Amino acid sequence: MGTRERQFWKKEYGTGFKDGIPIALGYLSVSFSVGILAVSSGFTVFQSALMSLCNVTSAGQFAGIRVIAAGGAILELILTQLIINLRYALMSLSLSQKLSEKVTIRQRLLIAFANTDEIFAVAMSHAKSLTFPYMLGLQTLPILGWTLGTALGGLAGQLLPDAVANALSVALYGMFIAVVVPAAKKRFPVLWIVILTALLSCVIAYVPVFEGISDGMSIIICTVAASAAGAFLFPVKEEK
Amino acid sequence: MIYIDILIMALVTYLIRMIPLAVFHKKIENRFARSFLYYVPYSCLTAMTIPAVFSATGHLASAAAGVAAAVLLAFRGRGLVTVAAGSCGVVFIVEQFFL
Repeated sequence: MGTRERQFWKKEYGTGFKDGIPIALGYLSVSFSVGILAVSSGFTVFQSALMSLCNVTSAGQFAGIRVIAAGGAILELILTQLIINLRYALMSLSLSQKLSEKVTIRQRLLIAFANTDEIFAVAMSHAKSLTFPYMLGLQTLPILGWTLGTALGGLAGQLLPDAVANALSVALYGMFIAVVVPAAKKRFPVLWIVILTALLSCVIAYVPVFEGISDGMSIIICTVAASAAGAFLFPVKEEK
Repeated sequence: MIYIDILIMALVTYLIRMIPLAVFHKKIENRFARSFLYYVPYSCLTAMTIPAVFSATGHLASAAAGVAAAVLLAFRGRGLVTVAAGSCGVVFIVEQFFL
């Protein structure tokens, strides 16, 4: 590796690493509750942490733990993961368009591993096109935080007082809001799409006819419908 | 058996994330598809936040205050950490002193 390349790696990895700190802190608290749930559902602490290390997905793990604890069939397990996590396919597709052209196929296979909601959100709000070392740096601490938090939650049980746990539970939503609001402020179509999505999402959540639609499915429906409406009404200008 | 279950979960989740990244190596030219993908992050993040955030804390009121704080901070151009921490702080304060 030449000096210039080493400098490039150091700079990009470092930037990603720093951007991952708030995600990792949020994960530490959220995964705490994953650990508590897993252990109380019959997983050992090691199994809980292993699940977090190789899945890195909140909603999917919550649902998976419930299916496994209830002795559900493998097909049911596969289907819940597929539906709840299908939104990642949309995110990966979107992310693929922002990756630098220098990112190789092998590097893509690695980056895909921890393309979580929050990592995706931060990556998409990054000002430049995404490099491999940046993405590695961005994922490092969150993966560790997610795994460590699960283990700690499993070990310590309900150690956090409710007031602290409640407060920490909005951290991840706060990060989502921090990505969406500035874009909605700057561009009218984004504001329009955000409002449409929120309305759709509330309708699915509260109108009794849609009771059977799971949270994961609702996210997919709202995302596809609102983004398609946006693309139809406000096509983005060709960049050149 | 739990290990097999964990492995299956991990495999399904990984394939969902990996296939689109591996397949779409080139920039997509179609204008509708490009516009669609441009809007995906914002609609997806919104769909995950609303209405789930309002039942994330102990009370609707503290959650609403947390959201309001986050929106205000983000509107004023504050960074991710400030917005997230500010939102947590407001939820904590509201639950301690007003509920």
